[in-house]
Amino acid sequence: MLGKEVSATDDFVKGLWRENPVFVQMLGLCPALAVSNTAINALTMGLATTFVLLMSGISVSALRKFIPREARIVSFICIIASFVTAVDYLLAAISLELHRSLGAFIALIVVNCLILGRAEIFASKNTLSRSVLDALGMGVGFTAALLFIGVVREILGSGSLFGVALFPDNFQTWTVMVLPSGGFFAMAMWLLVVNWLKKQKEAAEKQAQEAAA
Amino acid sequence: MNAPDQGQQPPTSAWSIYRAIVGIGALCALLIVTVYMATADRIRENQERFLAFAVSQVLPATQSTVGVVLDENGQLVKTDETLTLPVFLGYGTDDELVGAIVTAQGMGYADNIRVLYAYSFELNAIVGFMILESRETPGLGDKVETEAHFVANFEALDATLTADGDALLNPIVTVKQGQKTEPWQLDGITGATITAEAIGKLLNDSANILVPALERDAAGFALNQTSEEQ
Repeated sequence: MLGKEVSATDDFVKGLWRENPVFVQMLGLCPALAVSNTAINALTMGLATTFVLLMSGISVSALRKFIPREARIVSFICIIASFVTAVDYLLAAISLELHRSLGAFIALIVVNCLILGRAEIFASKNTLSRSVLDALGMGVGFTAALLFIGVVREILGSGSLFGVALFPDNFQTWTVMVLPSGGFFAMAMWLLVVNWLKKQKEAAEKQAQEAAA
Repeated sequence: MNAPDQGQQPPTSAWSIYRAIVGIGALCALLIVTVYMATADRIRENQERFLAFAVSQVLPATQSTVGVVLDENGQLVKTDETLTLPVFLGYGTDDELVGAIVTAQGMGYADNIRVLYAYSFELNAIVGFMILESRETPGLGDKVETEAHFVANFEALDATLTADGDALLNPIVTVKQGQKTEPWQLDGITGATITAEAIGKLLNDSANILVPALERDAAGFALNQTSEEQ
């Protein structure tokens, strides 16, 4: 009983750090680099992706016994594309302004390999509840990673955060950071930080083991 | 009996694959159609509301509008139909003609760009501009909506006609940022060159066709007369 609870928690938590989609699994890098030039773009892209990830995870898990191995990829892509289309209509109905600002990003969700990857690796092999937790964990991890990249790029590239100017008018912005190459620079910087933290943690664990021995 | 090899799965029958693909396809189609049907009215209302808002933004003096369209003879005629690229005549508080509001579209860097612009009969110039639809690169191509110097192009972008009134006297063109010298030139944007040039081209193409017809025929429309016809 206790083991099941730990496992369920782990399904959610692993996507946040240990198996973070962007910084560890290196999945969904195309949208992560393409639309993270501002913090608000990164956040909205992350939330929209999380919704599609969750809905496609639920659908694939619920239908997993009905989908033969040979037809799984075409089935998953069909499901993902349908939810992206549905999100497109729903956003246009809720707020045309929001839809206008997200327009270019919505179509990109279809080609996010994170969603297809989680459907193939997890949702197609696990129960509905575990798939929901996995999708939520991965979605939050993906959103956080995009936000980290977006914050750095917007501050350095535009001198603002969420559209609010942070520096005086004479601040010389680093235009390169809002260009595609800036995505790689910010991504590399965060990978350095994440890997350094992981090394630190491993070293601390090793020292603790040696001390215990 | 031989136990099945655990590394191999039995082959799936063609019927199972067919059933799964058709079934998933049907469910997905049902989802899309259901969401579309549920949201279509709301989306249309939002689009109409947004268009009305956009009209008030590009030509603030407008109190009421009349929809017009070019017929097959190139004449401006009244229309009540919802068009992809609608054109309106804008009337002020005293029912006087204050300008025309024109929708135009052209290919940008990523996809079609749809814009709304206002033409002033008094100034013979484009005096308002707004992007209706764009999928240009966020942070770069979308600067055409936010860059102050680019937006300033539309305070009075010259669209004077030739003496015979058949075309623009000077083509509307986009020049490199900081190199604008003439009132019919658009001061471009560094980093959004293709989008800025696309807007110059689509405005030139649209104005070349519509401004001559508007100058020739718009005065023949009267708001009261049009209301009676409705």
